[in-house]
Amino acid sequence: MAKHMPKRNLERVGQGVTGACVALVTLLVLALIVMVAQKGISTFVKDGVDAVGFFTGTDWSLANVDEATGLPQTGALPLIITSFAVTLLSTAIALPIAIGSAIFAVEIAPAFGKRVFQPMVELLVGIPSVVFGLIGFHVVVAACKAVFGTQTGMGILPGAIVLSVMILPTVTTLSMDALRAVPDGYRQGSLALGYTRWQTIWHVVLKSALPSLMTAVILGMTRAFGETLAVRMVIGGAEVMPASLLSPASTITTTLTTSMAIYADGSVQKDVLWSLGLLLMGMSLIFILIIHLIGKKGANARG
Amino acid sequence: MADISQAASAQMGDMRIIRRSRRADRFATVALAAIAGLVMLIVVSMVAYILYEGLSTLFTPGFLTQPSRSNGAAGGVAYQLFDSFYLLLITLIISVPVSLGAAVFLTEYAPDGPITSIASTAIETLSSLPSIVVGMFGFLVFSVNFGWKYSIISGAVALTMFNIPILVRVIQQALDDVPQHQRDACLAMGLTRWEATVHVLIPAAMPAIVTGVVLSAGRVFGEAAALLFTSGMSSPVRLNFLSLNFSSPTCAWNIFRPGESLAVHIYKIYGEGSPEAQHIVWGTAALLMICVLLFNVASRLAGKALAKRMTAE
Repeated sequence: MAKHMPKRNLERVGQGVTGACVALVTLLVLALIVMVAQKGISTFVKDGVDAVGFFTGTDWSLANVDEATGLPQTGALPLIITSFAVTLLSTAIALPIAIGSAIFAVEIAPAFGKRVFQPMVELLVGIPSVVFGLIGFHVVVAACKAVFGTQTGMGILPGAIVLSVMILPTVTTLSMDALRAVPDGYRQGSLALGYTRWQTIWHVVLKSALPSLMTAVILGMTRAFGETLAVRMVIGGAEVMPASLLSPASTITTTLTTSMAIYADGSVQKDVLWSLGLLLMGMSLIFILIIHLIGKKGANARG
Repeated sequence: MADISQAASAQMGDMRIIRRSRRADRFATVALAAIAGLVMLIVVSMVAYILYEGLSTLFTPGFLTQPSRSNGAAGGVAYQLFDSFYLLLITLIISVPVSLGAAVFLTEYAPDGPITSIASTAIETLSSLPSIVVGMFGFLVFSVNFGWKYSIISGAVALTMFNIPILVRVIQQALDDVPQHQRDACLAMGLTRWEATVHVLIPAAMPAIVTGVVLSAGRVFGEAAALLFTSGMSSPVRLNFLSLNFSSPTCAWNIFRPGESLAVHIYKIYGEGSPEAQHIVWGTAALLMICVLLFNVASRLAGKALAKRMTAE
């Protein structure tokens, strides 16, 4: 009996220490969500910024303070539109490339895929985002300038191109995992019925991997939506409604980067920036929710 | 007669369908191969371009050993290199134990139930938050509320928040991959779950854990957005590595001094027009990429070496 007591204590200590780690991380995340939400909402409650005007207004200028109300121009619609444009366009570019190459590496040349292709793609994951931005600044922007003959060559299009290369490895590796998870029996059954390899891939493999592939794409979109510095280096940084794909613009994240350090804590401008942060956080929570819904639906479909 | 010709035309139709689907199959194979080739071409050309632009600067004498001058537009990147590794070291010192504890709790103590689902949702949320939001939160809490200002420690804590979800997932995976019978055997021998974890499961999962930690170190090393508002965009003009006066602003080891990582340095000076600044930018990018590649290689080698040593024993 005497020997059992210390063991029980040991178990309790172990459970306590590791439980404390989990609690710490969970509390940290909760604190982050609560603080960002509180700061972001106070713009509308405490400072009296019009919430509808924030989401629908098209004039954004924090330096331009209205004499009468003491409020800067806070129409964030141009930033929101640019963020979504960059995200959707980069996903549209990356999607066929990522899924196509994942199919090649899993279905057509599995040995090559595992030994050569996957390590190479994972190498791309490791390249820091500022390096992507630097290459974008020197190569993609210069190419856009030469091809389309615009003044700066900066804008949504180069931003989307840089982002599509950045999310490519994320979407590709996750798609490869999704395709590998399709049971081999499905393929054999389809081939035995006389389907060609492409028909098998198109009608059977892709269809049964669809939920996981969608998760992969949404994770890529999450990354594109939140990416900051690489976009900042190629998009031009003009906080106006984008006139075309090649006119300087600014996303939510890039506006945060440039303005965050300028304004004093507690000023209306800083609070407005926190509202942008809240918007970013809200979007990434929505993306997570979508992923969970897809997962649940996939689980239901499988029984 | 009619029957025969009908059968013949049906057969012809079948042949056409077969031929068409075979052609589609060949076309798809070629197209997919071309796409995969394009991806590999992008990877290779990016790496080659960075090395081509940066290697000559990297091997310039003094680039790695001299501090930067005139706000980064001249000189070397010695302090940025040191700050990057110092930030990484402090980040790992904080994040590895916390992640290890959290992962052990989630896999060994609370495999299913509401606690696990709340905690794993929280970790998932953290992993998908944009790093700029983490940086803003770090700025508000650590730099302003805690009064740490722009400092190495604020930066390291922000990076920790960025790193914890990656590490927890890797360690959870590593522990899950340890065969269940090892767990059962430990418990059958009368070990507590804690003893089983510390003496059997963690050592068994060690190769995968080390691989994951080193890989995550590569990610942390290149992160910049979370650092802009926390560790700041400047290194002190002069650092004294021999000083042990930890409160002095010039002491290299002082965690309350501002510091600038290599990635932040690139962001700070990429727009400078002078040729020397451009050389420094590309040199820094090449240095950063080589460091990250070394982390990649080191993670694989370390994992393999550990696994070999353990199975040999």
